[in-house]
Formats: sequence, C-alpha cells, structure tokens
Amino acid sequence: MEALEQFRQETRTWLEENCPPSMRTPMPEEETVWGGRNATYPNPDSKLWLDRMASRGWTAPTWPKEYGGGGLSKEESRVLQQELRRIKARPALSSFGIWMLGPALLEFANEEQKKEHLPKIVRGEIRWCQGYSEPGAGSDLAGLQTKCEDKGDHYLVNGQKIWTSYADKADWIFCLVRTDPTKKHEGISFLLFDMMSPGVEARPITMISGASPFCETFFTDVKVPKKNLVGELNKGWTIAKRLLQHEREMISGMGLGGVGAGGGIGSLEQVAKDYFGETDGKIASPSLRDHITRQKMDSKAFALTMMRSAEEAKAGQGPGAASSIFKYYGTELNKRRYELLLELMGTQALGWEGDGFNDGEINVTRSWLRSKGNSIEGGTSEIQLNVVSKRVLGLPDD
Amino acid sequence: MALVLTEEQQLLRDTATQFFQERLPVANLRKLRDTRDAVGFDRDAWKEMADLGFAGIMISEKYGGTDFGPVGLGLVLEQAGRTLAASPLVSTVLLGGSAVQLAGNATQRQDILSAIAAGDHLMALALEEGPHHNPTKITTKAVAAGSSYRITGSKTFVLDGHVADQLVVVARTSGDSTDRSGITLFLVDPKTDGVKITRTLMVDSRNAANIEFDNVTVPGSAVLGSIDGGNDVLDQVLDIARIGLSAEMLGLVQQTFDVTLAYLKERKQFGKVIGSFQALQHRMAVLFAEIELCRSVVLDALSALEERRNEVPQIASLAKARLSDISTLMTNEGLQMHGGMGMTDQFDVGLYMKRARVAAASFGDSNFHRERYAALEGY
Repeated sequence: MEALEQFRQETRTWLEENCPPSMRTPMPEEETVWGGRNATYPNPDSKLWLDRMASRGWTAPTWPKEYGGGGLSKEESRVLQQELRRIKARPALSSFGIWMLGPALLEFANEEQKKEHLPKIVRGEIRWCQGYSEPGAGSDLAGLQTKCEDKGDHYLVNGQKIWTSYADKADWIFCLVRTDPTKKHEGISFLLFDMMSPGVEARPITMISGASPFCETFFTDVKVPKKNLVGELNKGWTIAKRLLQHEREMISGMGLGGVGAGGGIGSLEQVAKDYFGETDGKIASPSLRDHITRQKMDSKAFALTMMRSAEEAKAGQGPGAASSIFKYYGTELNKRRYELLLELMGTQALGWEGDGFNDGEINVTRSWLRSKGNSIEGGTSEIQLNVVSKRVLGLPDD
Repeated sequence: MALVLTEEQQLLRDTATQFFQERLPVANLRKLRDTRDAVGFDRDAWKEMADLGFAGIMISEKYGGTDFGPVGLGLVLEQAGRTLAASPLVSTVLLGGSAVQLAGNATQRQDILSAIAAGDHLMALALEEGPHHNPTKITTKAVAAGSSYRITGSKTFVLDGHVADQLVVVARTSGDSTDRSGITLFLVDPKTDGVKITRTLMVDSRNAANIEFDNVTVPGSAVLGSIDGGNDVLDQVLDIARIGLSAEMLGLVQQTFDVTLAYLKERKQFGKVIGSFQALQHRMAVLFAEIELCRSVVLDALSALEERRNEVPQIASLAKARLSDISTLMTNEGLQMHGGMGMTDQFDVGLYMKRARVAAASFGDSNFHRERYAALEGY
C-alpha cells in the first residue's frame, strides 16, 4: 500500500510538471490525437503531451517495458487513470493499436512481431485500422472471403473489406483473411500489412450522420511478407474473437454518458428545463420527467453493474456472467439517451448545419445519428443476445 | 461500495438457502393457503428463524440480536423470496423493529427489541389509508386528552395486522391531511378497546388486515419518538422496508428466471426443446441482463444502508422501482413461456406472479418511486 501511495505522489508531481495546461481543457473532436505517419496537430501541445506520455510508456500503461509500455501493475495503472482524471487531462493518444491490436499481439504474436509493432503503437507512430467485416460477412463474420494465397516467399491478398474505420487515414491494417476455402472458422488467418502496399485502395463511405469515418477497402494482388502472419496459419479465428472482446468493452462504456454522450450539452434534467421549461422547479412535462427518471435509473443500475463486475474480477471471481451483457445493454442505453435528448430539445435537435443552431445542438443531431451504429458495430445486439443465450444460459441451437 | 460478499456473508447466505429450501419451500405456502391457516405463517418455523439469528439480524447484540446488518438481512430475504416463504420478516424485522430501533426510548428498545430477536414478539405497521402508498396523506387522528391520546381512523393493508402483538400506528397530531409534519407514531396494543381488526385475504396468500380505530385511548408512554416529528423516522423505516422488499423480490425474480430457463430446456414442440427457438432465447437473454442490473442495485442499496449514506432515499427508490418493474416483467414472461401449464395452479409460476404484484404495490410501486426520485434529485 505504501509503495502505491508513493507511486501516486510521484505520478501527481510528474503530471503537474508535464501535462500542458491546454491539455487539461475539454477536447474538441478535431483535436483528438490518433497519431500515425500523417498525423496533424491543430494544437501543438497535443504533440508535446503525446511524446511525454509515450516516453514513459503511459499511453499503454500496463504493457511490458521491453515493448515500450509503462510496465505498470493493474493497481498502478488505476492510480495513473485516477490522477489523469483528477487534473482532467485529455487522452494523450486514441488508438485502435492500443485498444484492440496491442493486447492481441501481446498474447499471440512472436517476439519479432512484438518488438516491431508494439513500440510504434505506444509512441503513436503507426496508426492501425481493422479489416474484419466484408460485404458478405457482417454478423456472420467467419463467412469472410478475402483470399490469401501462399506464393512461396510471400502471401497474395485479393478481396474487399467494409466498415474499415479510418482506413483512408491509417498506416497499417490488421486483417482477417481466408487461407483455407474448404473450412469455415478453421480456414481464417490473422495478417498484418502496410496500407501503402501496391493494390490497396480505401474509399470513404458517407454515413447518415454526414461523417465518413468508415471505408470500403479493396485489395488487388497485394503482396504481404510471410513474417506478417500472426499466430499459426488457419488459427486466426481465436485471435479475432479475443480482439472482438476488447472492442466490445470499448464500445459498451458508451452507455454511461461518458464519451460523446450528449456532447457537453448538460444533464438530461437541465436540458429539459432549458428546452421545455419548468414549473416550481419541476420539469413542466410529467411525461418527459418520467422518461428522464427511467433513463437515469437504468444508467445508474448499469454503472453499478460495471462496478460490480470490476470488483468481482478484482476479488478473483473471474469475469462474471454480468460482463456478457455490457455491449448489448450499454449500446441500447446510449441509443435511448439520444432519442430522449431529441424529445427534450424538439426541433433544436433536428438541425443539420448553419444558422439557427449552436454547436452543441448540431452535435446532438449528429451524435444521435451516429449512436444508431453502436448496436450494429462490433457484433450486433442480436448477436450479443445469441452469445448470452448460448454461452451463459446454455440454450441449444435451433 | 461492497458489491462483493465477504466470507461471513456467504456463510449466512448458505445457511439461509438451506433453511428456506428445506423448511419453507413453496409447498409450505400452498398448505397455509389451502387450509386457510388462521395465523398465515408457520409459528414454529419463525421460532427456528429466530434461533438462526434471522429475527435479530438488524438488532444489536446488547438486545440479543446478531447485528449482521442490512447486507446480511438482504441475503436472508433474497432466499426467502426464492421459496415465497411466508414469515413476519417484513412486518416485524424491517418495519416494527426498525421503527423501535430508530425512534424508541431506552425502555421501549430494551423491552421490544429483545423480544423480537427471540422470536416472541410480532409487530405490524398501520400506515396506509387507501389503495395507493401515500405516507404523507394521513387522516387518522390522535387527540391529546390529559396525558393520554385518543386515536380515530381507518387503516388498510396492514401486513400481519391480524396476528401482531403490537401495532405501530401512524396518526396525525397536528396540521391537515397532506402536511409532512404533524405525524406521530404510537405503539398500540391490538387488544385495546376500540380496535377492530379484519383479516383480508390477498392474492399472494400472505397476511394483511384492515384496522379500525374508534376513539382508542393510549397512554403518553405509547408515543414512539417525538410528537409531530414522526415523518422523518417513518421515511427511514420505509426505506429500510423498500430495500428489504427489493431483496426479497430479487430472489423471487431469480427463481422465476431459473425455473423458466429449466422449463425451456425440457419442454419439446416441433420435435425440439422450445429453448432452441431464437424468439424465446432473446427474451431470456434480455431478462438475464435486467436481472443482473437488479442484483447490482439491491446490493448497492443494502450497502448504502449499512454505510448510512446520505443517498439512501434515492437508491431505495431506484431499487424498489426497478425490482417492481422487472418482477412484473419476469413473472409475465415466465408465465407466457410456460404456456398453458403456467396458467394452472399446479405450477408455481402463478404463485410467483401473485406475490410479485403484492410486493410491487407495497410501500410504493415504480410510479411512486420514479416520482419520488425525480423530486429528490431536484427536477
């Protein structure tokens, strides 16, 4: 305990000295730091903050030091997060490499691959994208068809991916490919390659929110060095599934009103008072007031369940059955929250751009549209319910 | 927050599980119902519960209790909920005992709490006056006459009212019928002249009564707590009852879920078990999620009581609202998934549904508690 307290003091001192003041203010979305070869830094302090954090490995606090990570224990990492929250520090780096690929590489990659890729992820030098879904393989992900042939000294990749987040901005891709067309799950491999390779093309897709965070990605005779295969040939599905767990954990946090929920517009009850009005301190519509209470109560119950799951894990009871519901419940809750914000704000939450609407209002409109994807990406709600039915409840296949 | 159980608590839970499964299974409630039992619960079993320390679980060792605290009590109630065990836990431990603990003077505590812990003393709270929970709208009057009081009014839905050895009567000593202040609690012997008790048979086969007070004279020493200041105590007592009842409902909901899941794996139609159909699988998965959230709020509410957190009223309303809604949903779904068999008296699922509705209506349904939550949160 004493050592942990000392770590807290040292961390606090270091953060005080090294976190630039502008990095302790709320972050506009365009200042999010994704790193990569073509990174831009609208606020130069962002780059400074990233480099300082990366120099200590604190962009990936629990990864081993030999791969550039912070080498912290879970307890130390928790202290670091607490101290970062205490000064309201912005995330130094947002990265699929850190959230999804890194943990999978640590578990499944060989030494050479870890040494090659992990330090660059920690420093934000290489930005990664995820090549999973295909036009014909969405919920049935294991039905993917992107062909990967062994050409002796290299692999040859042909096919198409879709919903590749930021493929047009990413430097490398971690990609599921078919290496045995005669099998389903046992014919999939996990491949890494450079998006600059000849034959790779990424085309952004315009979404209902107006943004284009996803791409269609085409591979035409892309040559990939054989050393870029992670794990064994045809054993990629195990890695793919583990990585999906990390992705789902990342997405399920959204129901708590954290990242992007409401876009700084204020609490539901304040929004209701501002946009609908109040009588004697009560929201003027009993129906809206009741809807707000239902939403707040369910959010609180969900937050308590996440905490309980974390405590159970800490007490060595393993990830309880409760964790299997997080992706489903968190995303449905987040969608409901945006529908409620629309009801509370009326036509002020239905603007698209330009005069008549402030930034917060436009952000609600766009985020409402974006939230619809939460229960589709990373495994649809229906797939999550299948998982609970079969794995947790032990119900048989039809 | 203590969302994970200690070893001692796990032990208590195991003891309670075994006791209710073996001593008070659902068959016990059926027998009480079918024989129109005059008491409405098994007195011997209650004595055994007292011996196991369940009756004195909230009572300090000084008065012969076990002082396991709210989390311990919640574990016992959850197991009682699983088998629909009829017992005076709610009336005597959650309501009567808490009221005396919080508001009683030294003599009242000494006399009453040790008798409760020993399983020798049954209590009932005479509060409600209409079909909806409304702890502030009190028209029953208590008028001072010298050093005594005369109580007049009608009470309904008094849990265990027909067997109680002592009533806690909520009466108005000043103000008009909707004032928050002006309420006083009285300890009343049900055998006093002018007290007329009518047992009411409820759908859940558990005990309740209507009670008339016609100019009932009680001495000044019958006042529990302060004159006109009963509301604060009542609020605290009711929150304890709401949280305890939520724990009982958690057991009821979990049991209905477990029994339904087992039925889905056994019942066959179209040549396969019906649990293989996605239309049923997804509904069960959603219920599973809702019940996990129920467990979290009940555990948090119990630890809020234990830690005497300021937010006990909010979390009590959250727990009672969620458990009332989800117990309605779960028992409706459970019955539907049992098909025609669920409609028969032979199957237990109907009994769980009946108990769920009475528990949901006790001390505020989800509408009451959402309204209260919003008011507490200031919107």
